[in-house]
Amino acid sequence: MSRALFGSAVALVAAAVALSPATVMAQTVKIGVINSYSGFVAQAADEMQKGMDLYVKEHEKDLPAGVKLDLIKRDDTSKPDVGKRLAQELIARDHVNLLAGVILSPVAAAVAPLTAEGRVPFVITNAAGVAIPRLSPYVVRVSFTLWQEGYPIGKWAAQQGWKTAYTSVTDFIAGHDAEAAFTKGFTDGGGKIIGADRFPPANPDFTPFIQRVKDAKPDVAFLWVPAQEQAVAIMKAVKDLGLREAGINITSTQDLLPDEQLPIIGDAAIGLVTSGNYSVDAKRPANTAFLAAWKRAYGDKAIADFFSVDGWDGMAMIFDLIKATKGDFTTDQAMAFFKTWKGPNSPRGPIAIDPATRDIVQNIYIRKVEKIDGKLADVEIQTIPMVKDPWKELNPAK
Amino acid sequence: MAFSAGLSVVFHGVAFAMVLYLISVGLSVTMGMMGFVNLAHGVFAMAGGYVMTSLMNRYGVPLPLALGAAAAAVALASLPIERLLYRWLYGGDELDQVLLTMGLVFMSGATAQYLCGALQQPLRLPPGLNGGLHLGFGEVPAYDALLIASGAALVTVLWLGIERSRFGAKIRAAVDNLRMAQSVGIDTSRLFGLTFALGSGLAALGGGLGASLITITPGYALDNLVYFLIVVAIGGLGNIRGPFLAALLVGVADSTCKYLVPQFGAFLIYAMTMAILLWRPRGLFGRA
Repeated sequence: MSRALFGSAVALVAAAVALSPATVMAQTVKIGVINSYSGFVAQAADEMQKGMDLYVKEHEKDLPAGVKLDLIKRDDTSKPDVGKRLAQELIARDHVNLLAGVILSPVAAAVAPLTAEGRVPFVITNAAGVAIPRLSPYVVRVSFTLWQEGYPIGKWAAQQGWKTAYTSVTDFIAGHDAEAAFTKGFTDGGGKIIGADRFPPANPDFTPFIQRVKDAKPDVAFLWVPAQEQAVAIMKAVKDLGLREAGINITSTQDLLPDEQLPIIGDAAIGLVTSGNYSVDAKRPANTAFLAAWKRAYGDKAIADFFSVDGWDGMAMIFDLIKATKGDFTTDQAMAFFKTWKGPNSPRGPIAIDPATRDIVQNIYIRKVEKIDGKLADVEIQTIPMVKDPWKELNPAK
Repeated sequence: MAFSAGLSVVFHGVAFAMVLYLISVGLSVTMGMMGFVNLAHGVFAMAGGYVMTSLMNRYGVPLPLALGAAAAAVALASLPIERLLYRWLYGGDELDQVLLTMGLVFMSGATAQYLCGALQQPLRLPPGLNGGLHLGFGEVPAYDALLIASGAALVTVLWLGIERSRFGAKIRAAVDNLRMAQSVGIDTSRLFGLTFALGSGLAALGGGLGASLITITPGYALDNLVYFLIVVAIGGLGNIRGPFLAALLVGVADSTCKYLVPQFGAFLIYAMTMAILLWRPRGLFGRA
């Protein structure tokens, strides 16, 4: 080929490559979503996934030009060792930019050290075990901790003039946190814990455990399960054994009376007070918009609850990162962004990340179940603004 | 006060025992008669649960009708499964039987998840069955009372049937001595099929009735296999009274242990099983 022809051929190819959309600002952000699509928390996982998918659907158009999102979803089957293996594959083989999700605290605790090794940011959208952000400098959590919810309700219970309490919780990290938080709050308020039970996880039948509570005759019972169908099962035992009729008050975090189980739990829940970070009944405009979008996407087939909103907010934070960096970020840039992130438009109210702990700071609401227009709702009766995780305040990192 | 607590716990244990018995009795009979290690027995209980909840939730069929339809459907469906799959391995190597039935367990779990999702099937009981029931000497959960009543009725019908009917006599003969039964002219091939269907139908009944005690999830057949095998092992193979006593033992012990020691309650069942089997390796009513 003559020199001139060769030269112009090269120039033509170079121009083609330079101008092709494939090389101009092409950025794929890969997010590995580890969720418990099967196993005893499958329902919670479904709620969380719906919230995440809804945010992506509603805001995909807000992504900067040329940035594509690739969500790789993996099922940890509610087992920590499976979650750990999946995280390994996502980090080492799929080279994800971010990890997101995780319902169960044991799974999150297994995954966190891998993120430290692999230097991948991990956005936790549910797992509420208090110490998890300390396991790796790349963990940030947008959901809640059980101390944030358990401690205020413990104090509230003591304020009601109830002197004795009996705690009955599921025997794993989250249950232990809930038990410890309530105990501290209740005893700080001057109450006494007269009994503490822990029952096996994935247990479908609560009658013997509720019988124990009934026999101890406390003023108030703190019953904690990881939401969803376990909440229905434990409330059934409460109904069957007539715990409330025996004069025992019941309280918990939002996990006992999640919004989407209220219709199934039924009137047995009326008057019960729990603490939580979100209820469907909340009247703020961000929530109304969120619920409208939810209805458009899922109709009446699913009811939103705190799992969905936490998933939604997790994606909101990731989207804000992508928009700020045009989809091109290093791990340290991502963590610096996350640490100072604020979400004033969350359906749950104003939320922010605490830069010192990389954990969520949010309003905690004391809610009461009431029947409005024939439907049950968790009505917010008190707001405790911008609560930082009490456990980390009481146990500063060394 | 302690009496009413004890009553409630024992009552609940008996209700659980009824469910376990209904599911496990078929397994005991077929294991004793065909000598076939059917680890997939829980699949029929699970199928019964799924059919019943689907009928109730999607088509609004009332509980008794849905339960009956589920049992009938599963019993009928088990006939071709027995003929096409199990028949090849009768009298064969036990490992082959284990492999086949475990394969069935995994396939059924995946199928259930594909058709109905990974979530637990919700069971919406009619309002009369929630809450407590006042008996003369105390209050017990209403659904437990229903379980015990219907369980007792079914057990009575089953025992009378096995003791008094010709079909029952054939079953007892085939369990006692298969060759002799064949030489007397009993069509054992057809008997196997019918007994299998009976056992599977009962398992479906147990699965449906017990759906609030043993929740209907895709992992049902595998997760609860140990409980069914414990009842059969303690009760002895090939008879219908042994598993009843075994189920009562397991049900009441499970409920009581969970009441007395919540954290380890579920685990004590296995300790009890080991103790009994060390004492009586063939089960309480098994043959030497």
